[in-house]
Amino acid sequence: MDRRTFLKTAVGTGALAASGGLAMPALAQGAAAKTLRFVPQANLANFDPIWGTQYVVRNAAALVWDTVYGIDSKFQPQRQMVESETVSADGLVWTFKLRPGLKFHDGAPVTSKDVVQSLKRWQARDPMGLMIKAIEVELAPIDDMSWKWTLSKPYPKMLLALGKNNAPCTFIMPERIAKTDPFQQITEYIGSGPMKFVRNEWVPGAKAVFEKFTDYVPRSEPADWLAGGKKILVDRIEWVIIPDPATASAALQNGEVDWWETPLSDLVPVLKANKNVKVDIGDPLGNIGAFRMNHLFPPFNNVKVRRAVMTALNQEDYMRSIVGDDDKLWKNLPSYFTPGTPLYTEEGGDILKKRNVAEAKKLLAESGYNGEPVVCVVAQDMAATKSMGDVTAELLKSIGMKVDFVATDWGTVGARRAQKTPPGQGGWSMFHTWHAGADCINPAAYTAIRANGDKAWFGWPNIPAVETEVTNWFDAKDMAEEKAAIARLNKAAMEEVVYAPTGFYLGYQAWRSNLSGVTSGPLPFFWGVSKA
Amino acid sequence: MLAFIVRRIITTIPVMAFVALFVFSLLYIAPGDPAAVIAGDQASPADVEKIRASLGLDRPYLIRFGEWFYHVLQGDLGTSIFTSLPVTQLIAQRIEPTVSLMLLTLIFAVVVAVPMGVIAAWKAGSWIDRCVVGFAVFGFSVPVFVVGYMLAYVFALKLDWVPVQGYTPISQGIWPWFKNLILPSITLGFVYIALIARITRATMLEVLQQDYVRTASAKGVEQRNVLFVHALKNAAVPVITIIGIGVALLIGGAVVTESVFAIPGLGRLTLDAILRRDYPVIQGVVLIFSFVYVLVNLLVDLVYTLVDPRIRY
Repeated sequence: MDRRTFLKTAVGTGALAASGGLAMPALAQGAAAKTLRFVPQANLANFDPIWGTQYVVRNAAALVWDTVYGIDSKFQPQRQMVESETVSADGLVWTFKLRPGLKFHDGAPVTSKDVVQSLKRWQARDPMGLMIKAIEVELAPIDDMSWKWTLSKPYPKMLLALGKNNAPCTFIMPERIAKTDPFQQITEYIGSGPMKFVRNEWVPGAKAVFEKFTDYVPRSEPADWLAGGKKILVDRIEWVIIPDPATASAALQNGEVDWWETPLSDLVPVLKANKNVKVDIGDPLGNIGAFRMNHLFPPFNNVKVRRAVMTALNQEDYMRSIVGDDDKLWKNLPSYFTPGTPLYTEEGGDILKKRNVAEAKKLLAESGYNGEPVVCVVAQDMAATKSMGDVTAELLKSIGMKVDFVATDWGTVGARRAQKTPPGQGGWSMFHTWHAGADCINPAAYTAIRANGDKAWFGWPNIPAVETEVTNWFDAKDMAEEKAAIARLNKAAMEEVVYAPTGFYLGYQAWRSNLSGVTSGPLPFFWGVSKA
Repeated sequence: MLAFIVRRIITTIPVMAFVALFVFSLLYIAPGDPAAVIAGDQASPADVEKIRASLGLDRPYLIRFGEWFYHVLQGDLGTSIFTSLPVTQLIAQRIEPTVSLMLLTLIFAVVVAVPMGVIAAWKAGSWIDRCVVGFAVFGFSVPVFVVGYMLAYVFALKLDWVPVQGYTPISQGIWPWFKNLILPSITLGFVYIALIARITRATMLEVLQQDYVRTASAKGVEQRNVLFVHALKNAAVPVITIIGIGVALLIGGAVVTESVFAIPGLGRLTLDAILRRDYPVIQGVVLIFSFVYVLVNLLVDLVYTLVDPRIRY
């Protein structure tokens, strides 16, 4: 107990005595120590990790529902709810067996029927799930503990699909709940994971509460990201939604909360100066800043215009606008893939290594650009997109492009970017966003890299060479083949400019020094975290 | 009087109907798409379309409005698109913090602002008067969130007297409840105090020039009684009016104050709903706020009769 806590306790005790017990007693010290108060990146507004695929929902869901496999820090899928699996020599029949003793939060045993139904719901919403569905012959239980997946074509990335951390994950729910239409929200939150969701204490926008599920059987291996033994060392986790970063910072310094997932980089120096607070990188896979150009309409339907913009782009400008002067938080990214991961490549990335405005102007002149305005839609309520939008507007003007800057909010960008009408008729020419580095380690969940025209992500690039290499990566039989496919993919994507990467950046997380076991990862991992 | 109350309540019906139509139409034409927010950033356009269809957002305006209004008439404000919880339940969860904040602010503001205005008028032209006028200008000029940050920095972070954020229900004790609301109430009350103090001062200046005040003073009535009994009662009507009008300020200010102090009230519910385009929640909350505002104005009209017997309905 430090001086401040002692004084508070003494004064509080006196006040309580003086008020004649007017106030109810606060939580006892032991109970408080067993409650972890966490400030998440966003509000938990819904709680169906298949229906809503926002990261915050995935992060909360990882506490409540277990997955069949889980990815570790080496990006390898490891068995989680599964005890063993076999695959036939031709790669067409997968057989899985469940770990014994697994229970749902209502006490019912987890059976293969539950798993099969959960996987069917997941399949309908997940890009890899849809790929499997397209070659699926049958997905059915064999008995209570095992199930079989028969395919018409081998799918070498099966275990990665079942264990990846990108939303949606293969969260296992009771069969009756998993029968809910994947485009409708579930209304019952019976989990299979290490924490129970306390529904009656859920106040969307304010608080979400999770209690330890004592019947959960963790694996014996040490916890490593979504893999290994998920041992919960506190009784209760409260997610406290604090929308204002300055308030969250003050609450952490005051000890009102224990852990803040995404501190604003401007506030990090204050937190670092506080001896009761620890600060470190949150997600080592960081984020890739990006702006997407609309490949359907002028001027960006012309590859020379897209390349002109890329040639004039200086990633340092973008990164400094997002993270400020902290050089540890960003790096240049002449690539579409997350740096430091096995498939990272800079093949074809020279265009992003050095800014060349003269060359950009030359390319623009050659493109026949005739001064049509670039409708640049920028969400002002997101610090990163606002900063990037301002930099882009200057960039475009510097090479002689006309900019129609549409300052709006993220909700509007979300709707407008889906419009395929011309930019002057409610459509758009470019918008800014970012991609979680965890989604960009390979093409599995990397929707933004796809270039399959109408089916591609917003901007609808149609670049067959990119799609060929995506297929080659999925079919690759070893790491060498995977690396070769990704190198070719990166080169093709750079040449045709699927989108413009504006750099790679990291963010911090901060927690009270009486917490131990906090690790870095693509999502906050609560297993192994204890509070003194 | 009873006839007046009944008449006023009946007139609220078309007002509320107009508010309902206006809010629904405004949201219909406003850009944004809750389906895109739900689907997440990596969702395909096809998935967004499917979610939009499942939410019924692809149906024509008139059908959607008719269906919603029909349910509103039955007391059903609909279901939140995001949480799948009834809007009435969400409002019920959030009403206590907002009502607590507004009541405390109202009490605090009236208790501070009315004497300030009275004393400023009494000592017109003195340094006290100039301080009050200066404070009023400051109160109007400084944004609510700046006041909130300053107070939180000093009293919560540095002095550690009160919590930075959050809300404790009154059922868990009056002191914890009050402790959480001190800073937000002062923050929200700042502009309200400025407004009431200025109006009180201006009205009192006028009343203090009246013959009966001079007579009362000449007869030897104690100065305090002259100010707070004789003069203030006659200056009360404009002050009460401004207190009533100021409720709209409180509603608007609650959105910011609740965000700064992380109070789970209706203000934050509104803001979150607007950012996510949770249409049923926005519509429900705006309807409730409008109803409260209409009701407060009715109460203000009734209070007039208590302070000024010449007013009869």
